[in-house]
Amino acid sequence: MPDRKQTYATVVEIIEPLNGKNATITEATRFAADLEWDSLTVLDFVADIEDAFDVIISMNMQAEIETVGQLVDALQRLQEQK
Amino acid sequence: MTDLFSKFDPLIEQRAALLESGITDPFNLVMEKVESPTVAICNGRRTILLGTYNYMGMTFDSDVIAAGKKALDEFGSGTTGSRVLNGTYAGHKAVEEALKEFYAMDHAMVFSTGYQANLGLISTMAGKDDYIVLDIDSHASIYDGCALGKAQIVPFRHNDIEALDKRLKRIPEGAGKLVVLEGVYSMLGDVAPLKEMVAVSKANGAMVLVDEAHSMGFVGEHGRGVAEAQGVIDDVDFIIGTFSKSVGTVGGFCVSNHPKFEILRLVCRPYVFTASLPPSVVATAATSIQKLMDSADKRAHLWENSKRLHAGLRQLGFQLGTDEPQSAIIAVIMPDLKKGAAMWEALLDEGLYVNLARPPATPAGMTLLRCSLCALHTSDQVGEILGMFAAAGRATGCIS
Repeated sequence: MPDRKQTYATVVEIIEPLNGKNATITEATRFAADLEWDSLTVLDFVADIEDAFDVIISMNMQAEIETVGQLVDALQRLQEQK
Repeated sequence: MTDLFSKFDPLIEQRAALLESGITDPFNLVMEKVESPTVAICNGRRTILLGTYNYMGMTFDSDVIAAGKKALDEFGSGTTGSRVLNGTYAGHKAVEEALKEFYAMDHAMVFSTGYQANLGLISTMAGKDDYIVLDIDSHASIYDGCALGKAQIVPFRHNDIEALDKRLKRIPEGAGKLVVLEGVYSMLGDVAPLKEMVAVSKANGAMVLVDEAHSMGFVGEHGRGVAEAQGVIDDVDFIIGTFSKSVGTVGGFCVSNHPKFEILRLVCRPYVFTASLPPSVVATAATSIQKLMDSADKRAHLWENSKRLHAGLRQLGFQLGTDEPQSAIIAVIMPDLKKGAAMWEALLDEGLYVNLARPPATPAGMTLLRCSLCALHTSDQVGEILGMFAAAGRATGCIS
Protein backbone atom coordinates (compact mmCIF):
# COMPACT_ATOMS: atom_id res chain seq x y z
CA MET A 1 0.00 0.00 0.00
CA PRO A 2 1.64 3.28 -1.11
CA ASP A 3 1.90 6.05 1.48
CA ARG A 4 -0.91 8.55 0.80
CA LYS A 5 1.00 11.37 2.50
CA GLN A 6 3.96 10.79 0.23
CA THR A 7 1.71 10.75 -2.88
CA TYR A 8 0.13 14.05 -1.78
CA ALA A 9 3.55 15.64 -1.18
CA THR A 10 4.78 14.59 -4.65
CA VAL A 11 1.60 15.96 -6.31
CA VAL A 12 1.99 19.32 -4.52
CA GLU A 13 5.65 19.44 -5.57
CA ILE A 14 4.66 18.92 -9.24
CA ILE A 15 1.90 21.57 -9.01
CA GLU A 16 4.22 24.28 -7.60
CA PRO A 17 6.13 25.30 -10.78
CA LEU A 18 2.81 25.45 -12.68
CA ASN A 19 1.03 27.44 -9.96
CA GLY A 20 1.23 30.82 -11.69
CA LYS A 21 -1.61 32.20 -9.55
CA ASN A 22 0.25 31.32 -6.32
CA ALA A 23 -2.89 29.68 -4.99
CA THR A 24 -2.63 27.91 -1.64
CA ILE A 25 -2.66 24.18 -2.34
CA THR A 26 -4.82 21.91 -0.20
CA GLU A 27 -6.69 18.65 -0.78
CA ALA A 28 -9.72 20.75 -1.79
CA THR A 29 -7.94 22.87 -4.41
CA ARG A 30 -9.74 22.57 -7.77
CA PHE A 31 -7.56 22.39 -10.90
CA ALA A 32 -9.90 24.25 -13.27
CA ALA A 33 -11.62 26.70 -10.92
CA ASP A 34 -8.78 27.57 -8.50
CA LEU A 35 -5.62 27.13 -10.55
CA GLU A 36 -7.23 28.30 -13.83
CA TRP A 37 -5.05 26.02 -15.96
CA ASP A 38 -5.50 25.97 -19.72
CA SER A 39 -5.55 22.72 -21.68
CA LEU A 40 -1.82 22.79 -22.48
CA THR A 41 -0.87 23.26 -18.82
CA VAL A 42 -3.15 20.36 -17.92
CA LEU A 43 -1.43 18.22 -20.56
CA ASP A 44 2.03 19.10 -19.15
CA PHE A 45 0.90 18.49 -15.59
CA VAL A 46 -0.66 15.11 -16.40
CA ALA A 47 2.54 14.11 -18.24
CA ASP A 48 4.65 15.07 -15.19
CA ILE A 49 2.35 13.11 -12.86
CA GLU A 50 2.39 10.09 -15.18
CA ASP A 51 6.20 10.18 -15.30
CA ALA A 52 6.55 10.54 -11.54
CA PHE A 53 4.23 7.64 -10.71
CA ASP A 54 4.73 5.58 -13.89
CA VAL A 55 0.97 5.34 -14.53
CA ILE A 56 -1.49 6.38 -17.25
CA ILE A 57 -4.25 8.88 -16.46
CA SER A 58 -6.61 8.75 -19.45
CA MET A 59 -8.83 11.69 -20.41
CA ASN A 60 -11.80 9.59 -19.23
CA MET A 61 -10.20 9.42 -15.77
CA GLN A 62 -9.25 13.11 -15.83
CA ALA A 63 -12.88 14.03 -16.42
CA GLU A 64 -13.74 12.60 -12.97
CA ILE A 65 -10.89 14.35 -11.15
CA GLU A 66 -11.71 17.86 -10.00
CA THR A 67 -9.57 18.42 -6.90
CA VAL A 68 -6.04 17.68 -5.69
CA GLY A 69 -7.45 15.20 -3.15
CA GLN A 70 -9.32 13.29 -5.86
CA LEU A 71 -6.12 13.06 -7.92
CA VAL A 72 -4.22 11.67 -4.91
CA ASP A 73 -6.96 9.06 -4.38
CA ALA A 74 -6.82 8.08 -8.06
CA LEU A 75 -3.04 7.74 -7.90
CA GLN A 76 -3.33 5.54 -4.80
CA ARG A 77 -5.72 3.24 -6.68
CA LEU A 78 -3.54 3.16 -9.81
CA GLN A 79 -0.45 2.27 -7.78
CA GLU A 80 -2.26 -0.50 -5.93
CA GLN A 81 -3.39 -2.01 -9.24
CA LYS A 82 0.19 -2.30 -10.52
CA MET B 1 -37.60 25.46 -16.70
CA THR B 2 -33.85 25.48 -17.11
CA ASP B 3 -32.97 26.81 -20.54
CA LEU B 4 -30.63 24.19 -21.97
CA PHE B 5 -29.17 26.91 -24.18
CA SER B 6 -27.76 28.94 -21.26
CA LYS B 7 -24.50 27.00 -21.56
CA PHE B 8 -23.90 28.87 -24.85
CA ASP B 9 -24.19 32.32 -23.24
CA PRO B 10 -20.43 33.04 -23.06
CA LEU B 11 -20.08 32.31 -26.79
CA ILE B 12 -23.20 34.35 -27.65
CA GLU B 13 -21.74 37.30 -25.71
CA GLN B 14 -18.31 36.97 -27.32
CA ARG B 15 -19.91 36.94 -30.78
CA ALA B 16 -22.14 39.91 -30.01
CA ALA B 17 -19.16 41.93 -28.77
CA LEU B 18 -17.21 41.16 -31.92
CA LEU B 19 -20.08 42.04 -34.27
CA GLU B 20 -20.91 45.22 -32.31
CA SER B 21 -17.63 46.67 -33.55
CA GLY B 22 -19.31 46.69 -36.98
CA ILE B 23 -17.18 43.92 -38.43
CA THR B 24 -18.48 41.52 -41.11
CA ASP B 25 -19.38 38.16 -39.53
CA PRO B 26 -16.43 35.90 -40.43
CA PHE B 27 -18.57 32.78 -39.99
CA ASN B 28 -21.45 33.80 -42.23
CA LEU B 29 -19.92 34.46 -45.63
CA VAL B 30 -22.06 33.68 -48.67
CA MET B 31 -20.56 32.99 -52.08
CA GLU B 32 -23.09 34.33 -54.54
CA LYS B 33 -21.36 32.85 -57.57
CA VAL B 34 -18.39 30.53 -57.98
CA GLU B 35 -16.43 31.15 -61.17
CA SER B 36 -13.63 28.61 -60.75
CA PRO B 37 -11.73 26.74 -58.02
CA THR B 38 -9.88 29.99 -57.25
CA VAL B 39 -12.44 32.77 -57.81
CA ALA B 40 -15.94 33.50 -56.43
CA ILE B 41 -18.26 36.49 -56.10
CA CYS B 42 -18.75 37.47 -52.43
CA ASN B 43 -20.82 40.56 -51.50
CA GLY B 44 -20.92 41.40 -55.20
CA ARG B 45 -17.12 41.51 -55.37
CA ARG B 46 -14.76 39.26 -57.31
CA THR B 47 -12.81 37.40 -54.65
CA ILE B 48 -9.73 35.18 -54.86
CA LEU B 49 -10.32 32.01 -52.83
CA LEU B 50 -7.44 31.14 -50.51
CA GLY B 51 -9.26 29.10 -47.91
CA THR B 52 -11.12 26.26 -49.59
CA TYR B 53 -8.94 23.09 -49.24
CA ASN B 54 -9.59 22.70 -52.96
CA TYR B 55 -5.91 21.78 -53.26
CA MET B 56 -5.94 20.22 -56.71
CA GLY B 57 -8.67 22.39 -58.21
CA MET B 58 -10.81 19.46 -59.37
CA THR B 59 -14.23 21.09 -58.72
CA PHE B 60 -14.53 22.53 -62.25
CA ASP B 61 -12.59 19.85 -64.14
CA SER B 62 -14.55 19.14 -67.34
CA ASP B 63 -14.22 15.34 -67.11
CA VAL B 64 -15.31 15.38 -63.47
CA ILE B 65 -18.37 17.50 -64.24
CA ALA B 66 -19.30 15.36 -67.26
CA ALA B 67 -19.15 12.20 -65.12
CA GLY B 68 -21.41 13.80 -62.51
CA LYS B 69 -23.98 14.92 -65.09
CA LYS B 70 -24.04 11.49 -66.71
CA ALA B 71 -24.62 9.76 -63.37
CA LEU B 72 -27.34 12.25 -62.48
CA ASP B 73 -29.12 11.41 -65.75
CA GLU B 74 -28.65 7.66 -65.51
CA PHE B 75 -29.00 6.97 -61.78
CA GLY B 76 -31.07 9.89 -60.46
CA SER B 77 -30.48 12.51 -57.80
CA GLY B 78 -30.04 10.27 -54.75
CA THR B 79 -29.98 6.71 -53.45
CA THR B 80 -32.45 7.22 -50.58
CA GLY B 81 -30.81 4.39 -48.70
CA SER B 82 -28.02 2.92 -46.60
CA ARG B 83 -25.01 1.28 -48.24
CA VAL B 84 -26.05 -2.05 -46.71
CA LEU B 85 -29.63 -1.90 -48.03
CA ASN B 86 -30.64 -0.12 -51.24
CA GLY B 87 -27.84 2.47 -51.27
CA THR B 88 -25.03 0.68 -53.11
CA TYR B 89 -25.03 1.49 -56.84
CA ALA B 90 -22.43 0.62 -59.48
CA GLY B 91 -20.85 4.04 -58.84
CA HIS B 92 -20.19 3.29 -55.15
CA LYS B 93 -18.34 0.12 -56.09
CA ALA B 94 -16.47 1.99 -58.86
CA VAL B 95 -15.21 4.72 -56.53
CA GLU B 96 -14.04 2.08 -54.04
CA GLU B 97 -12.15 0.37 -56.88
CA ALA B 98 -10.59 3.72 -57.81
CA LEU B 99 -9.43 4.21 -54.20
CA LYS B 100 -7.94 0.69 -54.04
CA GLU B 101 -5.99 1.45 -57.19
CA PHE B 102 -4.95 4.94 -56.04
CA TYR B 103 -3.55 3.63 -52.72
CA ALA B 104 -2.55 0.16 -53.98
CA MET B 105 -4.46 -1.40 -51.08
CA ASP B 106 -6.79 -4.39 -50.77
CA HIS B 107 -9.86 -2.72 -49.27
CA ALA B 108 -11.70 0.58 -49.50
CA MET B 109 -14.87 1.67 -47.76
CA VAL B 110 -16.66 4.92 -48.65
CA PHE B 111 -18.59 6.94 -46.06
CA SER B 112 -20.93 9.87 -46.60
CA THR B 113 -18.43 12.36 -45.09
CA GLY B 114 -14.84 12.39 -43.84
CA TYR B 115 -16.16 13.12 -40.35
CA GLN B 116 -18.16 9.89 -40.46
CA ALA B 117 -15.15 7.91 -41.69
CA ASN B 118 -13.17 8.84 -38.56
CA LEU B 119 -16.21 8.52 -36.33
CA GLY B 120 -17.01 5.08 -37.73
CA LEU B 121 -13.56 3.50 -37.88
CA ILE B 122 -12.37 4.69 -34.48
CA SER B 123 -15.56 4.03 -32.52
CA THR B 124 -16.09 0.60 -34.05
CA MET B 125 -12.52 -0.63 -33.60
CA ALA B 126 -11.71 0.68 -30.13
CA GLY B 127 -14.22 -0.14 -27.42
CA LYS B 128 -14.49 0.40 -23.69
CA ASP B 129 -11.37 -1.41 -22.51
CA ASP B 130 -9.13 -0.47 -25.44
CA TYR B 131 -6.68 2.44 -25.45
CA ILE B 132 -6.51 5.14 -28.08
CA VAL B 133 -3.28 7.12 -28.01
CA LEU B 134 -3.61 10.30 -30.04
CA ASP B 135 -1.94 13.62 -30.75
CA ILE B 136 -3.46 16.37 -28.60
CA ASP B 137 -4.09 18.48 -31.74
CA SER B 138 -6.23 15.80 -33.43
CA HIS B 139 -9.29 16.82 -35.45
CA ALA B 140 -12.72 16.95 -33.78
CA SER B 141 -13.91 13.91 -35.76
CA ILE B 142 -11.13 11.83 -34.14
CA TYR B 143 -12.06 12.94 -30.61
CA ASP B 144 -15.74 12.30 -31.38
CA GLY B 145 -14.89 8.80 -32.63
CA CYS B 146 -13.07 8.14 -29.34
CA ALA B 147 -16.04 9.37 -27.32
CA LEU B 148 -18.57 7.33 -29.30
CA GLY B 149 -16.59 4.13 -28.72
CA LYS B 150 -16.02 4.86 -25.01
CA ALA B 151 -12.35 3.83 -25.28
CA GLN B 152 -9.69 5.07 -22.86
CA ILE B 153 -8.28 8.24 -24.45
CA VAL B 154 -4.63 9.06 -23.89
CA PRO B 155 -3.39 12.24 -25.61
CA PHE B 156 0.26 13.18 -26.05
CA ARG B 157 1.98 16.48 -26.81
CA HIS B 158 1.79 17.48 -30.46
CA ASN B 159 4.26 15.57 -32.67
CA ASP B 160 6.26 14.39 -29.60
CA ILE B 161 7.70 10.94 -30.43
CA GLU B 162 9.06 10.26 -26.94
CA ALA B 163 5.74 11.19 -25.30
CA LEU B 164 3.96 8.71 -27.59
CA ASP B 165 6.46 5.97 -26.77
CA LYS B 166 6.20 6.52 -23.00
CA ARG B 167 2.40 6.32 -23.02
CA LEU B 168 2.32 3.19 -25.16
CA LYS B 169 4.72 1.47 -22.76
CA ARG B 170 2.49 2.19 -19.74
CA ILE B 171 -0.69 0.70 -21.22
CA PRO B 172 -1.66 -2.46 -19.28
CA GLU B 173 -0.54 -5.67 -20.91
CA GLY B 174 -3.14 -7.35 -23.10
CA ALA B 175 -5.18 -4.18 -23.73
CA GLY B 176 -5.97 -3.26 -27.35
CA LYS B 177 -4.00 -0.26 -28.61
CA LEU B 178 -4.81 2.12 -31.45
CA VAL B 179 -2.53 5.04 -32.32
CA VAL B 180 -4.26 7.83 -34.24
CA LEU B 181 -2.15 10.33 -36.18
CA GLU B 182 -2.65 12.86 -38.94
CA GLY B 183 -0.36 13.38 -41.93
CA VAL B 184 -0.84 17.15 -42.10
CA TYR B 185 -2.35 19.00 -39.13
CA SER B 186 -4.78 21.44 -40.67
CA MET B 187 -4.51 24.31 -38.21
CA LEU B 188 -0.81 25.12 -38.62
CA GLY B 189 -0.21 23.09 -41.79
CA ASP B 190 2.63 21.14 -40.20
CA VAL B 191 3.51 17.53 -40.97
CA ALA B 192 3.82 14.63 -38.47
CA PRO B 193 7.08 12.67 -38.04
CA LEU B 194 5.23 9.56 -39.22
CA LYS B 195 8.37 7.56 -39.94
CA GLU B 196 9.39 7.59 -36.27
CA MET B 197 5.87 7.51 -34.84
CA VAL B 198 4.70 4.54 -36.89
CA ALA B 199 7.89 2.65 -35.92
CA VAL B 200 7.35 3.41 -32.21
CA SER B 201 3.69 2.35 -32.46
CA LYS B 202 4.54 -0.94 -34.15
CA ALA B 203 7.36 -1.67 -31.68
CA ASN B 204 4.77 -1.36 -28.90
CA GLY B 205 2.25 -3.64 -30.60
CA ALA B 206 -0.28 -0.95 -31.53
CA MET B 207 -2.41 -0.66 -34.67
CA VAL B 208 -1.99 2.65 -36.51
CA LEU B 209 -4.58 4.86 -38.19
CA VAL B 210 -3.43 7.92 -40.13
CA ASP B 211 -5.79 10.65 -41.30
CA GLU B 212 -4.41 11.97 -44.60
CA ALA B 213 -7.28 14.39 -45.34
CA HIS B 214 -4.95 17.35 -45.98
CA SER B 215 -2.24 15.53 -47.94
CA MET B 216 -4.07 13.32 -50.46
CA GLY B 217 -3.37 14.15 -54.06
CA PHE B 218 -0.15 16.12 -53.67
CA VAL B 219 2.10 14.73 -50.89
CA GLY B 220 4.17 11.64 -51.75
CA GLU B 221 5.24 10.30 -55.13
CA HIS B 222 1.74 9.03 -56.01
CA GLY B 223 -0.12 11.59 -53.93
CA ARG B 224 -0.95 8.99 -51.26
CA GLY B 225 0.06 11.29 -48.43
CA VAL B 226 2.67 11.87 -45.75
CA ALA B 227 2.94 8.14 -44.90
CA GLU B 228 4.00 7.52 -48.51
CA ALA B 229 6.39 10.49 -48.56
CA GLN B 230 8.09 9.21 -45.39
CA GLY B 231 8.21 5.60 -46.62
CA VAL B 232 5.97 4.00 -43.97
CA ILE B 233 2.66 3.52 -45.80
CA ASP B 234 3.03 -0.30 -45.68
CA ASP B 235 3.15 -0.21 -41.87
CA VAL B 236 0.01 1.92 -41.52
CA ASP B 237 -3.04 -0.25 -40.80
CA PHE B 238 -5.73 2.26 -41.81
CA ILE B 239 -5.65 5.44 -43.87
CA ILE B 240 -8.59 7.81 -43.53
CA GLY B 241 -9.30 10.34 -46.25
CA THR B 242 -11.91 12.64 -47.65
CA PHE B 243 -13.42 13.61 -51.01
CA SER B 244 -14.04 17.17 -49.81
CA LYS B 245 -10.51 18.47 -50.31
CA SER B 246 -8.24 17.41 -53.21
CA VAL B 247 -10.93 15.18 -54.73
CA GLY B 248 -13.27 18.17 -54.96
CA THR B 249 -16.67 16.86 -53.83
CA VAL B 250 -17.92 15.37 -50.55
CA GLY B 251 -17.51 12.00 -48.83
CA GLY B 252 -15.01 10.11 -46.71
CA PHE B 253 -13.18 6.82 -46.88
CA CYS B 254 -10.89 4.31 -45.26
CA VAL B 255 -8.38 2.13 -47.12
CA SER B 256 -6.61 -0.83 -45.54
CA ASN B 257 -4.93 -4.18 -46.11
CA HIS B 258 -6.45 -5.71 -42.97
CA PRO B 259 -7.71 -9.22 -43.94
CA LYS B 260 -10.95 -8.84 -41.95
CA PHE B 261 -11.66 -5.28 -43.10
CA GLU B 262 -14.92 -6.01 -44.96
CA ILE B 263 -16.77 -6.98 -41.75
CA LEU B 264 -16.81 -3.26 -40.90
CA ARG B 265 -19.62 -2.83 -43.43
CA LEU B 266 -21.93 -4.70 -41.05
CA VAL B 267 -20.76 -3.41 -37.67
CA CYS B 268 -19.81 0.23 -38.28
CA ARG B 269 -22.84 2.28 -37.25
CA PRO B 270 -21.93 5.62 -38.93
CA TYR B 271 -21.67 3.58 -42.17
CA VAL B 272 -24.83 1.51 -41.74
CA PHE B 273 -27.26 4.06 -40.33
CA THR B 274 -26.93 6.84 -42.88
CA ALA B 275 -27.87 7.33 -46.52
CA SER B 276 -25.13 6.70 -49.07
CA LEU B 277 -23.66 9.41 -51.29
CA PRO B 278 -25.67 10.50 -54.35
CA PRO B 279 -24.69 8.80 -57.66
CA SER B 280 -23.40 12.07 -59.13
CA VAL B 281 -21.07 12.57 -56.15
CA VAL B 282 -19.47 9.12 -56.35
CA ALA B 283 -19.12 9.48 -60.13
CA THR B 284 -17.31 12.83 -59.80
CA ALA B 285 -15.13 11.39 -57.01
CA ALA B 286 -14.11 8.31 -59.05
CA THR B 287 -13.20 10.42 -62.08
CA SER B 288 -11.29 12.91 -59.97
CA ILE B 289 -9.31 10.18 -58.13
CA GLN B 290 -8.32 8.61 -61.46
CA LYS B 291 -7.09 11.97 -62.72
CA LEU B 292 -5.19 12.68 -59.47
CA MET B 293 -3.06 9.59 -60.12
CA ASP B 294 -1.56 11.38 -63.08
CA SER B 295 -1.09 14.94 -61.83
CA ALA B 296 2.63 15.32 -61.24
CA ASP B 297 2.78 18.75 -62.93
CA LYS B 298 -0.07 20.11 -60.84
CA ARG B 299 1.56 18.79 -57.66
CA ALA B 300 4.80 20.58 -58.58
CA HIS B 301 2.98 23.87 -59.24
CA LEU B 302 1.09 23.62 -55.93
CA TRP B 303 4.36 23.23 -54.04
CA GLU B 304 5.78 26.21 -55.92
CA ASN B 305 2.75 28.30 -54.87
CA SER B 306 3.12 27.18 -51.27
CA LYS B 307 6.81 28.06 -51.12
CA ARG B 308 6.30 31.45 -52.73
CA LEU B 309 3.41 32.47 -50.48
CA HIS B 310 5.27 31.30 -47.38
CA ALA B 311 8.43 33.23 -48.27
CA GLY B 312 6.45 36.32 -49.35
CA LEU B 313 4.32 36.51 -46.19
CA ARG B 314 7.37 36.05 -44.03
CA GLN B 315 9.17 38.83 -45.89
CA LEU B 316 6.21 41.13 -45.22
CA GLY B 317 6.71 40.52 -41.52
CA PHE B 318 3.86 38.11 -40.72
CA GLN B 319 4.35 35.39 -38.11
CA LEU B 320 3.64 31.97 -39.66
CA GLY B 321 2.69 28.59 -38.18
CA THR B 322 5.73 26.76 -39.58
CA ASP B 323 9.31 27.84 -40.28
CA GLU B 324 9.25 26.13 -43.67
CA PRO B 325 6.25 25.42 -45.92
CA GLN B 326 5.33 21.81 -45.11
CA SER B 327 1.99 21.50 -46.93
CA ALA B 328 -0.50 23.56 -48.95
CA ILE B 329 -1.74 25.21 -45.73
CA ILE B 330 -0.02 28.36 -44.53
CA ALA B 331 -1.23 29.68 -41.19
CA VAL B 332 -0.74 33.35 -40.34
CA ILE B 333 -0.71 33.83 -36.57
CA MET B 334 -2.77 36.81 -35.37
CA PRO B 335 -2.21 38.51 -32.01
CA ASP B 336 -5.86 38.07 -30.91
CA LEU B 337 -9.41 37.43 -32.18
CA LYS B 338 -10.24 41.15 -32.57
CA LYS B 339 -7.19 41.88 -34.68
CA GLY B 340 -7.64 38.60 -36.55
CA ALA B 341 -11.25 39.45 -37.43
CA ALA B 342 -10.22 42.98 -38.53
CA MET B 343 -7.46 41.57 -40.74
CA TRP B 344 -9.87 38.96 -42.14
CA GLU B 345 -12.34 41.71 -43.08
CA ALA B 346 -9.62 43.93 -44.56
CA LEU B 347 -8.52 41.03 -46.77
CA LEU B 348 -12.10 40.41 -47.86
CA ASP B 349 -12.43 44.11 -48.77
CA GLU B 350 -9.27 43.73 -50.85
CA GLY B 351 -10.90 40.74 -52.60
CA LEU B 352 -9.31 37.78 -50.82
CA TYR B 353 -10.97 35.02 -48.84
CA VAL B 354 -9.02 33.13 -46.15
CA ASN B 355 -10.26 31.06 -43.16
CA LEU B 356 -10.42 32.70 -39.75
CA ALA B 357 -9.76 30.06 -37.09
CA ARG B 358 -10.03 30.59 -33.37
CA PRO B 359 -10.08 28.58 -30.13
CA PRO B 360 -11.14 25.91 -29.34
CA ALA B 361 -10.45 24.66 -32.90
CA THR B 362 -6.91 26.07 -32.76
CA PRO B 363 -3.99 24.86 -30.61
CA ALA B 364 -2.74 26.95 -27.67
CA GLY B 365 -5.59 29.47 -27.90
CA MET B 366 -4.28 31.00 -31.13
CA THR B 367 -6.23 33.05 -33.65
CA LEU B 368 -5.17 32.13 -37.17
CA LEU B 369 -5.74 33.26 -40.72
CA ARG B 370 -5.45 30.00 -42.58
CA CYS B 371 -4.52 30.08 -46.22
CA SER B 372 -4.89 26.96 -48.33
CA LEU B 373 -3.40 27.06 -51.79
CA CYS B 374 -4.72 25.49 -54.97
CA ALA B 375 -2.72 23.95 -57.83
CA LEU B 376 -4.77 26.22 -60.11
CA HIS B 377 -3.71 29.49 -58.43
CA THR B 378 -1.62 31.14 -61.13
CA SER B 379 1.71 32.75 -60.33
CA ASP B 380 0.02 36.12 -61.00
CA GLN B 381 -2.68 35.32 -58.45
CA VAL B 382 -0.08 34.48 -55.80
CA GLY B 383 1.53 37.84 -56.52
CA GLU B 384 -1.86 39.56 -56.17
CA ILE B 385 -2.49 37.70 -52.90
CA LEU B 386 0.79 38.96 -51.44
CA GLY B 387 -0.12 42.52 -52.46
CA MET B 388 -3.48 42.19 -50.66
CA PHE B 389 -1.81 40.87 -47.51
CA ALA B 390 0.60 43.81 -47.56
CA ALA B 391 -2.21 46.37 -47.91
CA ALA B 392 -4.54 44.76 -45.34
CA GLY B 393 -1.69 44.11 -42.90
CA ARG B 394 -0.64 47.77 -42.95
CA ALA B 395 -4.24 49.05 -42.77
CA THR B 396 -4.91 47.01 -39.63
CA GLY B 397 -1.51 47.55 -38.02
CA CYS B 398 -0.62 43.84 -38.16
CA ILE B 399 2.62 44.71 -39.94
CA SER B 400 4.53 47.96 -40.18
